[in-house]
Amino acid sequence: MSLDTVFFSLLALSSVVTALLMVTHRNPVMSLLYLIANFFLLAVLYLTLQAQFIAIIQILVYAGAIMVLFLFVIMLLKLGDEQQIQEKLSVKKVIAGGLCLAMFAELGLAFSISENHASSIVHPRSEELGTVETIGRSLFTRYVFPFEAISVLLLAAIVGAIVLAKKRFH
Amino acid sequence: MVPLPFYLVLSAILFTIGVAGVLTRRNAIIVFLSLELMLNSANLTLVAFSAFLGDATGQVLVFFVIAVAAAEAAVGLAIIIALFRNKQTVNVDEINIMKW
Repeated sequence: MSLDTVFFSLLALSSVVTALLMVTHRNPVMSLLYLIANFFLLAVLYLTLQAQFIAIIQILVYAGAIMVLFLFVIMLLKLGDEQQIQEKLSVKKVIAGGLCLAMFAELGLAFSISENHASSIVHPRSEELGTVETIGRSLFTRYVFPFEAISVLLLAAIVGAIVLAKKRFH
Repeated sequence: MVPLPFYLVLSAILFTIGVAGVLTRRNAIIVFLSLELMLNSANLTLVAFSAFLGDATGQVLVFFVIAVAAAEAAVGLAIIIALFRNKQTVNVDEINIMKW
């Protein structure tokens, strides 16, 4: 049981626990806080994979901007606790649970079969792959077209969000 | 060193938890939060493969996925606000005027 495996097990267990708490909590603000904790744990996982840029971007953008946007909306709508979390085991929940178990079984099977012997150790070049310079170089030379397309997408999202959420003045 | 299937199985577990949240919760905001969890599990898969194959393409794709998730969250929350303004609820069970 090397230190790497212990550290990874702790991170994995904590992220699964926070995810479960997020999905089952009644209060939407507490759910959001558990999800933010999950995002921080995922950022540490990215750091163990030497993806420094993505880890910082995850904290800045996902936990810092998107979740704050969710919080604004929750506070704006004054959403309280979700009434009547149905404790009874309805047919819908049983079917949903069965589907989730089947999907997890299929995904776990697909991911556990690894015949590639190179999948036991991290690639030796991965240290320099996670830096801002490498990602930036790749982003501005090989993937410049999706990069520009993303800016158009963000513009469309801004216009759409403003048009959808503004009050109609009759 | 932690082998690759560990990261992939963790991503599968988080994805399944996200799907369970989307299917069972009645609050539309919580459905959106579970959707973000699913996107993050896919990001974890991409970063894990990028580290184990030595290719930066995975992390560039994660960058794009995060940008798309931000755009989708903004528009989705605008829709929820417009919905709340009309029906005073975010319970997805009560939004059924198009049911026949």
